Amino acid sequence: MPPEGFNPLDPFRDPAAAAALIARIGEAWDGPPVRIMEVCGTHTMAIARHGLREPLRSAARLISGPGCPVCVTPDGYIDAAVALGEMPGVTVATFGDMVRVPGTRTSLERARAGGADVRIVYSPLDAVALAAADPAREVVFLGVGFETTAPAIAGSIVSAQARGIANYSVLPSLRTIPGAMALLAADPGVKIGAYLCPANVSAIIGTDAYRPLAERFRLPCVVAGFEPLDILSAVLMILRQVSKGEARVENEYSRVATASGNRKAQALMGDVLEPCDADWRGLGVLPGSGLRIAGKYAAFDAGEKIGVAIAPTPERPGCRCGDVLKGMIDPPECPLFGAACTPETPVGACMVSTEGACAAARRFGVGA
Amino acid sequence: MSGERILLAHGEGGKRSRELVEKTIAARFVNPLLAPLFDSALLGAQPGEIAFTTDGYVVTPHFFPGGDIGRLAVCGTVNDLAVCGASPIGLSCAFILEEGLPLETLERVLDSMQAAAVEAGVPIVTGDTKVVERGKGDGIFVTTSGVGVIRNGWRPRPETVVPGDKVILTGTMGDHHLAVLIARNNLAIAADIRSDAAPLNGLLLPAVDRFGGAVRIMRDATRGGVGVTLNELAHGAGRRIVLDESRLPVSETVSAVCEILGFDPLFLANEGKALLVVDGAVASDVVALLARHTLGRGAVVVGEVAEGSPGVLLKTRVGGLRAVDYPAGDALPRIC
Repeated sequence: MPPEGFNPLDPFRDPAAAAALIARIGEAWDGPPVRIMEVCGTHTMAIARHGLREPLRSAARLISGPGCPVCVTPDGYIDAAVALGEMPGVTVATFGDMVRVPGTRTSLERARAGGADVRIVYSPLDAVALAAADPAREVVFLGVGFETTAPAIAGSIVSAQARGIANYSVLPSLRTIPGAMALLAADPGVKIGAYLCPANVSAIIGTDAYRPLAERFRLPCVVAGFEPLDILSAVLMILRQVSKGEARVENEYSRVATASGNRKAQALMGDVLEPCDADWRGLGVLPGSGLRIAGKYAAFDAGEKIGVAIAPTPERPGCRCGDVLKGMIDPPECPLFGAACTPETPVGACMVSTEGACAAARRFGVGA
Repeated sequence: MSGERILLAHGEGGKRSRELVEKTIAARFVNPLLAPLFDSALLGAQPGEIAFTTDGYVVTPHFFPGGDIGRLAVCGTVNDLAVCGASPIGLSCAFILEEGLPLETLERVLDSMQAAAVEAGVPIVTGDTKVVERGKGDGIFVTTSGVGVIRNGWRPRPETVVPGDKVILTGTMGDHHLAVLIARNNLAIAADIRSDAAPLNGLLLPAVDRFGGAVRIMRDATRGGVGVTLNELAHGAGRRIVLDESRLPVSETVSAVCEILGFDPLFLANEGKALLVVDGAVASDVVALLARHTLGRGAVVVGEVAEGSPGVLLKTRVGGLRAVDYPAGDALPRIC
């Protein structure tokens, strides 16, 4: 008898259903393992946390892509955030997982110990509330993320404007997922057989966003939720497509994501943000893969308002994050993995956040 | 008395200090060992090995559902003794109070400490009070130390842990940690979660009395939770522990809050739960004994000691196997 107390997500983690799916996955494909890239850090974490990689190994290789927003944020951005926090009269508000990320000089956590005003918030609207409560201070929110956080960040700017809060601004470092997926698919060094598409991003942008990708690169793209049975079902859907020689967009996460996505969120993003080139730690500058604050909201762009610049930073010697993010090597194949580069002292992007491929491999890896 | 606040004079050794100690503090902790108010409490000769421990408490808010800083300060120290097989015979308590603290706050903390001490069956026998200037403290800090007497020669013996031993957890994980986080009111979440803070001597010592060395080692799963405590235990014993995810007890509410915020209950602090590594042959009897006590009703075997390199592994519900490592730092709210 299991003990008292059940996780409300238990139905998505049912052991018998999982075993049945794993068996069907084995039957669906008997060729060489299909290389399936999960582009979302939450998938990376879920796969590691539930130990899904190993049971699937004969049919599919699950490889981790560049889908952790903290990981792909370049050093120069952290340096700019630290510099802002150290300015008198400026409060930096951020999601929690940014505070330990090292820049070239220091992290926000260490800067805070040295006197910088750095606050952890759970939502950009909490940062607007901080600004409203203390009009004498400039509150800068670190706008890091993908299409998942972008609408909330856009909404915070609209809210601050409507409420006449002039001491709130955002230092944007926003990136978009489908563009990066296309660039990876076009890279001849990257060998991907299919994409496992993120649940949360897809709920915003809609599953149709992957159709050009599936058609142009002939890659099955299956949108999946973050629970074990979601991921296993999606892998089965991918392998059935592969065995029939198909390359379509399919939606395993139909309980939330739709073909056209969340139009309200899209409209908000379209109003406040506009496309730009973006520097991805480990991958370099990918054209058109970022979002910046549109000109009419420049008063809320910390870069414009305070004049802080984000310097380009070179990758560190020996670090093979670029290859990990492209799925070309597994984390332990990097010479720095576990030695010079650990979750406590990360060198590269993938070790930085708990959702990074290397951090997950380090934390959940069973080893020899 | 209402509206009265702690003044620097309360810590300066004069009349106000004496009044605070005698009328507010000692009057609540009344017991024969404390009564003379000597510079030391005289505990008398004891029949067994002495165990001695200390711990500081700085939690905010000072009051939260299921407990407060005073209850924690008593239970934490009693539990550190209990997991070493020691029955507590006397506690000390040292307060660092911030100028301006409402006297009523101190009184509530003192009442709660006395109630917890009575629950644990241990007297508070000595103490100290200091007052720091406004801005130099956080209202109230409490440090407690405890002296206990080991029963029947039992002691933690990590070297006796062998493959086949079972790991028992005495109840659900994460209740204390989330109760405090929610009381801090920055999660924007309302949930009915109460701290599990409780003295465990009445639960654990009978198991030691009855099963002796078949209980290899006990730990209270406080800071860092079950995950960190078991890692310390596994590395300390040089053994591999394999947990069974489907048997790990978590309340439905804690589980839901964890899913929303991205916390892992394995790494959330508890203040009324213990882990026991016991001989596999007596595991079900130990569970049955623990389950007879109110604080052990949820006791369950959650894993076992296995062959292999030292560390903690988890058999996941869906048939995978993964490591449970030390977290790199505190659980923090994530971006997505």
